[in-house]
Amino acid sequence: MDLLYLIFVDPFVQMGQAPDLLVQTLWDGLVSGVLYALIALGFVLIYKASGVFNFAQGIMVVFAALTLVGLYAAGIPALPALALTVVIMLALAVAIERLVLRPLLNRPDIVLFMATFGLTYFLIGFGQLLFGGETKQMITRQLHLPQGAIDLHILDGLVTLQKIDIAAAVIASVMVASLAFVFQYTRIGRALRAVADSHRAALSVGISLNQIWVIVWFAAGVVALATGIMWGARSEVSFALEVVALKALPVLILGGFTSIPGAIVGGLIIGLSEKLFELYWGPLIGGGTEAWFAYVVALIVLLFRPHGLFGEVIIERI
Amino acid sequence: MLYREVGQYHASYRTDTAIFPIRQDRVGMLVILAVAFIIVPVFGNSFLLDVVAIPFLIYALATIGLNLLTGYTGLLSLGTGGLMGIGAYTCYKLATWFPGVDIIVWILAGGVTAAAIGALFGVPSLRIKGFYLLVATLAAQFFLQWAFERVPWLYNNNVSGDIEVPTRTLLGLPVTGPNATPATRYEVTLCIVVVLTVLASHLVHSRVGRSWMAVRDMDIAAELIGIPLLPTKLLSFAVSSYISGVAGAMLVFLWYGSAEASVFSIDLSFTILFMTIIGGLGSLLGSFLGAALIHMLPIALRNVLPGIGLDLRPATVEHLNLMIVGALIIFFLVVEPLGLARLWQTIKQKLRVWPFPY
Amino acid sequence: MTNAAAGETLLAVEEICLRFGGVQALSEVSFDIKRGEIRAIIGPNGAGKTSMLNVINGFYRPNRGVIRFRGQSFTRMRPGFAARNGIARTFQNVALFRGMTTLDNLMTGRTLKMKRGFFWQLLRYGPAMDEEIEHRRAVEEIIDFLEIEAIRRVPVGRLPYGLQKRVELGRALATEPELLLLDEPMTGMNLEEKEDMCRFILEVNAQFGMTIALIEHDMGVVMDLSNRVVVLDYGRKIADDAPAVVKQDPAVIAAYLGVAG
Repeated sequence: MDLLYLIFVDPFVQMGQAPDLLVQTLWDGLVSGVLYALIALGFVLIYKASGVFNFAQGIMVVFAALTLVGLYAAGIPALPALALTVVIMLALAVAIERLVLRPLLNRPDIVLFMATFGLTYFLIGFGQLLFGGETKQMITRQLHLPQGAIDLHILDGLVTLQKIDIAAAVIASVMVASLAFVFQYTRIGRALRAVADSHRAALSVGISLNQIWVIVWFAAGVVALATGIMWGARSEVSFALEVVALKALPVLILGGFTSIPGAIVGGLIIGLSEKLFELYWGPLIGGGTEAWFAYVVALIVLLFRPHGLFGEVIIERI
Repeated sequence: MLYREVGQYHASYRTDTAIFPIRQDRVGMLVILAVAFIIVPVFGNSFLLDVVAIPFLIYALATIGLNLLTGYTGLLSLGTGGLMGIGAYTCYKLATWFPGVDIIVWILAGGVTAAAIGALFGVPSLRIKGFYLLVATLAAQFFLQWAFERVPWLYNNNVSGDIEVPTRTLLGLPVTGPNATPATRYEVTLCIVVVLTVLASHLVHSRVGRSWMAVRDMDIAAELIGIPLLPTKLLSFAVSSYISGVAGAMLVFLWYGSAEASVFSIDLSFTILFMTIIGGLGSLLGSFLGAALIHMLPIALRNVLPGIGLDLRPATVEHLNLMIVGALIIFFLVVEPLGLARLWQTIKQKLRVWPFPY
Repeated sequence: MTNAAAGETLLAVEEICLRFGGVQALSEVSFDIKRGEIRAIIGPNGAGKTSMLNVINGFYRPNRGVIRFRGQSFTRMRPGFAARNGIARTFQNVALFRGMTTLDNLMTGRTLKMKRGFFWQLLRYGPAMDEEIEHRRAVEEIIDFLEIEAIRRVPVGRLPYGLQKRVELGRALATEPELLLLDEPMTGMNLEEKEDMCRFILEVNAQFGMTIALIEHDMGVVMDLSNRVVVLDYGRKIADDAPAVVKQDPAVIAAYLGVAG
């Protein structure tokens, strides 16, 4: 009886007693949800355009942030360093296309997927070799990003909103909107969707696969850079973020691999629910539930909907 | 010239279905076993045994475990680390409750819980495939690691939160704990690995192994031929997890001596997966080759680079190692997707006709 | 022409309907297959022939209708049940286990007949080994019959298409089925390979008395092989008779040549 009370009643009583804490938690969940969604967005971009499930997307986030900070530490001013990082992400996209994607053309999806495991480890080693393995601070001030916090005195309490979080939400929205626009209304967007449907058919109507892939991986690299800056500004820059970046996977399960809005919704659901669960139910089982909560949610969703919440059901033929 | 099968005819299906049908292979196998059982422990120093041989064997066993699931049945998993942990913690609890029973029994029993939990997390595999299944195994991995950290009962409420391996003897000889000599631990490790490898090899050459491969290659056709999908996949999960669990118990009891929860992290899962891919998906021999390459690479880097005048900081060597492993994965997937095992086959094929290739 | 044609009914489908979303793949199709005969299912592309086979061995679940098999009625078949009760099939686009050798592919066909449990397989000794060898012998007979001795140890992914089709037939035969469903066994073959395949089909039917239902596009082959032909068009049955009669049927000619009205 006590246990049932602790699970089903007590958390809601707590929510009612301290509404400011609830709002603060919701806000925190929303912000981490935005960051998950941004990583997931990079996955979706690449998956839509090349059918490759890019496991390395999370690492590309860290790699981009590390490059930016590393260049600044090497004496290059902030904005040129930012530009240079964008160029490096372009070079990375070209290198990946040449050395990984092109030789693996027409191989099973699972092989390409495993190749991105290799890419993940290569980038971890490479990034640390160049810029050192120690934790770094994001150059928030030098990039003219807003700092500080806004304190809202509402609901008889205090809710603190970090300005950088608001900026993250705004930048994320702009990025999603423009990507959606590009995909839906431009010639490149149409080519991307064609490539995703069938490599061979796209080739036959004269679309250059190599070019498309470079564009897409570059776009994913830029998204990764933006994500890396936001994320770095909230915590710090190190490859420990790898584990957090993996959470984009359950986000994708919820949102589906091909849907940009799905990635956003999935990210927000995961971000919100894991923060709420940790605060109100976590203490019952010892805390630290954020490590697995997202995956278990995804697992439960999969048991009932094997293709995710927004994924399409594919009719099997033989 | 030495490697010829000319004149070796199989007059019965019995000799033809043997696992090593060629005489030279059988002789070679015996030589390797003799070296492994006698020469290595007699002449090996504790560096060779403790740093090279014992971990290599344990990693090879874990890789065989994952290979049965991923290479033979085609189910990708990143939960190996967690399942190895299950094996270790089960063995620890059992050894605490029943100190009188031989430790090897508990090492082998450690795999049973892992098999049960592995099969449990394998249940969704009937409905979900590929990347989706990977997320299910990640759920297992993160949940288990969390449990290892947060459930004090698992580590007997030690202040340190570690498993500390007690001294246990077999026939009066200390096998585990600080008093066991590297040579003893090596022999025990070798015995377990050899026995389990032989059993695994029996399985993959039998009806069970063929059903796994059929499910891997074309699950729909397998079902229409009468291979039940869920039991076949669950059996694969169970056997694979059993071997992983035993390897995990050995990792702590015969190598580390003590371990904390972070040993069984996602990084361990990745290491084993990489050994599987580089060694060769769907090959037991490849599991040994892959484990050898990935385990020896950093050791070689640490010891060889200073020798040729490159004196690097340990951290740099570590980063270099990550880069090389990552690049190797991509290299093998591009050039030789069946891994080192396939390279070995090619060499054998060449040897067969050497020195007259035409 | 083969000898049978007059046995009792082995399998019958009655008023089978199958829908995918808005597409009506099969509507009220009924026909029967008699023991020992060679039954052909023909029709233009997209007529629902493969869907029909998928319904018969349980891969698709029909929306309506009954399947009668050996006198029992089912609203749907299940793949496992079909396999256990002697229904085997081959596929339009070869569904072999590509990573396995020819021998291993055929051995998978024996799975249901192998009774020794997991722990015997672990030991691979005594009764388990005897069983393995007994089934190896049965498989070798099929290899001999299909004249594929030379490719015994070749992974089937490396074989040319015609041989793959032959190995697939071998795998179906290894299950010792009562009813063999062949989905376009001769597509993509040259004349010689077609002749071989025809010979195998006729021999399987004559020697082992196996009942065969096949889908085929090559009219000459259908006319030569089959006892009776059922013709589907847009998911409906438009004719069902002996090959010579079907050939003259105006509805069939219209379906193939696209006569207006």
